[in-house]
Amino acid sequence: MGLTSRSTGMGILNETLALGSKEADEFIIALAGNPNVGKSTIFNSLTGMKQHTGNWPGKTVTNARGKYRHKDKSFILVDIPGTYSLMASSVEEAVARDFICFGEPDTTVVITDATCLERNLNLVLQTLEITGNVVVCVNLVDEAERKKIRVDLEKLGARLGVPVVGASARSGRGLNELMDAVYRAVLQGSVNKPMTIEYDSVIEEAVRMVEPRVREIAKNKVNSRWAALKLIEGDKSILESLREMTGIDLINDTILVNRLAAAGKYLYDNNIHGDSLRDSIVSRIVSLAEEIAREVVTCENQRYHTRDRKIDSVLTSRRYGLPAMIALLGLVFWLTVTGANYPSDIIAVFLFWIEERLTELFRWAGSPLWLHGLMVKGMYRTLAWVVSVMLPPMAIFFPLFTILEDLGYLPRVAFNMDNFFKKAHAHGKQALTMCMGFGCNAAGIIGCRIIDSPRERLIAIITNNFVPCNGRFPTLIAISTIFIGGSVSGVPRSVVSTAVVMAVIILGVFMTLLMSRLLSATVLKGLPSSFVLELPPYRKPQIGRILVRSVFDRTLFVLGRAASVAAPAGMVIWVMANVIVGGASLLDHGAGLLEPFARMLGLDGYILMAFILGFPANEIVIPIIIMSYVSTGSLLELDSLEALRQLLVSHGWTWLTAVCVMLFSLMHYPCGTTLWTIRKETQSWKWTVVSFLVPTLTGIIMCFIVAQTVRHLGLL
Amino acid sequence: MKREIFPLNLLPVGSAAKVRNLTNDGNTRRRMLDLGLIKDTRIEAVQKSPSGDPTAYQVRGAVIALRSDEASKILVEALTGE
Repeated sequence: MGLTSRSTGMGILNETLALGSKEADEFIIALAGNPNVGKSTIFNSLTGMKQHTGNWPGKTVTNARGKYRHKDKSFILVDIPGTYSLMASSVEEAVARDFICFGEPDTTVVITDATCLERNLNLVLQTLEITGNVVVCVNLVDEAERKKIRVDLEKLGARLGVPVVGASARSGRGLNELMDAVYRAVLQGSVNKPMTIEYDSVIEEAVRMVEPRVREIAKNKVNSRWAALKLIEGDKSILESLREMTGIDLINDTILVNRLAAAGKYLYDNNIHGDSLRDSIVSRIVSLAEEIAREVVTCENQRYHTRDRKIDSVLTSRRYGLPAMIALLGLVFWLTVTGANYPSDIIAVFLFWIEERLTELFRWAGSPLWLHGLMVKGMYRTLAWVVSVMLPPMAIFFPLFTILEDLGYLPRVAFNMDNFFKKAHAHGKQALTMCMGFGCNAAGIIGCRIIDSPRERLIAIITNNFVPCNGRFPTLIAISTIFIGGSVSGVPRSVVSTAVVMAVIILGVFMTLLMSRLLSATVLKGLPSSFVLELPPYRKPQIGRILVRSVFDRTLFVLGRAASVAAPAGMVIWVMANVIVGGASLLDHGAGLLEPFARMLGLDGYILMAFILGFPANEIVIPIIIMSYVSTGSLLELDSLEALRQLLVSHGWTWLTAVCVMLFSLMHYPCGTTLWTIRKETQSWKWTVVSFLVPTLTGIIMCFIVAQTVRHLGLL
Repeated sequence: MKREIFPLNLLPVGSAAKVRNLTNDGNTRRRMLDLGLIKDTRIEAVQKSPSGDPTAYQVRGAVIALRSDEASKILVEALTGE
């Protein structure tokens, strides 16, 4: 759900690690750590940038970077993906490893979780094997204290041979000390040697056979012992990265190839081959981590997980797991629908009062009629609709959703839903990328990097668009509120609207699963691969921060994006509505052209055109529909939702139209940004086209079936 | 006393065991190792998901969910005296 100006829109495409030119007194700091240890919180606190954080694994999907100053120096902080190890078995791990290894950071800060230090030390040790320029930050010490876990920082520092700082990033504790430690570390330069972890004597011998040649060619560009170790492990990707990032070519070096073959033979002769080599290396690191943790961590209360287990025994239980999930989601939407009504009306009244003032202003200035039409009736009015229809639901929905996210509930959703995904032959983490899609489909698609298997990653990418992003939520909420909610008597409007939105979402999830299954059975054949999902501890959400973040980061950003598309679109609509050719406006011609096809889908020409014009941003579909109707029909005072409803009805809307619009909104081509992201992520036009066609055709077929069935059965 | 060895997916919720052997290979094996699932690691089944699969396990202070397919490839040995 990383929905910030940098994590959505074109900003997300900017993920290369090249930092461009750095100035002489600037230092590059890599920020590494396991997923979910508060890396992003530290990044935000230091740089003041609002990178969105969520309490679930695999959050940092792009390499965010930001600057901060401490004392007299500038630091560029690079947030590298959260990983459990640097063994490069996934894209994210390779990115993390490559940056620490070849990105030449002046210091790498490894953030660890005090409540789970032992597991975190695994990554620390692997990092220390690459470079000695490391500062270890033990984060979440407050949470650890509450759980009666104490970490002896001094002893840990002595044991690791690098600076260790304790912090509670959420409350800002320890950040100054961290910046001081980093400051000292970069000024000292590389004083700490990489840590040498002694392995089995056979492995050590094999390393000795390879290392000298690596050192000869790569000089000081890479830690030769570590590189040799990776090479005998059979990790070829490191050679490719080395060539790519430093220009040193070891792949075609015959001496090295021969030495490697000899080392391989030596290992084989000593009964170490394949998995057993890696097992031996990893086991050594893990037991070292265990040993260190035993020395530095004291835990008075062995049952510190009790509270989380109690919550989980309800929220993920057989009996209550799924109902609780639906109830929570329902509550979020009910609050949104109910709460959004009143401000929507007030904002509409206010904005249309401004429109009248603007009109007076234009008249007073003696501006030509077309200019007034273009600016006020076209641009301003569309903007006003975007704001009054979109702002209230977003301002309520985002904070609520963020609270669930902050609590750590989303991984539980993945946990609850996993069996469905397994049955769809999809990856378990697709539940997480799907949840990200609720925020922004483009962000969801980038998030698919957490899925290792290319087949399952493609499935997750292609089907991500089946969950409505927050550009489409307001459309769904608006239509269900102003149309369907008002057409059922006897039941509170908000309850009906909520039920409708929920039904649409459940349908979206169902379609995601169905399409994943179909893709697995056809073009992307295969069985689900393994997956590991971490269920992080529940954390108390920081309400204040959530409010600020969701209003500024999400609501205003999304609104800004919508407005920047809506303004020109409003002008285009106005021009189209007012350029008369052959007795009818261009708008009418266009709509007329689309009308027969749109009719079959239960829509009309104007609606379909709105969807086409809404290609850059889904948020503007409803405003465009309204604009088209207003510009062709009689001038209505559109200052309430009821008036809006009447406008729609007067243009022939029935409940079937509303249903079909919602269905089509749920299932049509991804927006421009999302498609561009898909192209970028898949590196293939073919899969981009598939991602365009799958939801579009599904939507067309669904709408067609619904519309035709209803008409033929005479339900209308 | 002879100790029983069985796949992890058969470990009942609320009980603990220690890892004996990993029988999976390639990437999956790496993932398990990354989580610290080496020989003699203590692992406890804490919660089954609503449909019975996956199951959440506690390992080295973290809670991780594994599908039964993966868990069946981790051989464990019952812990006594807990």
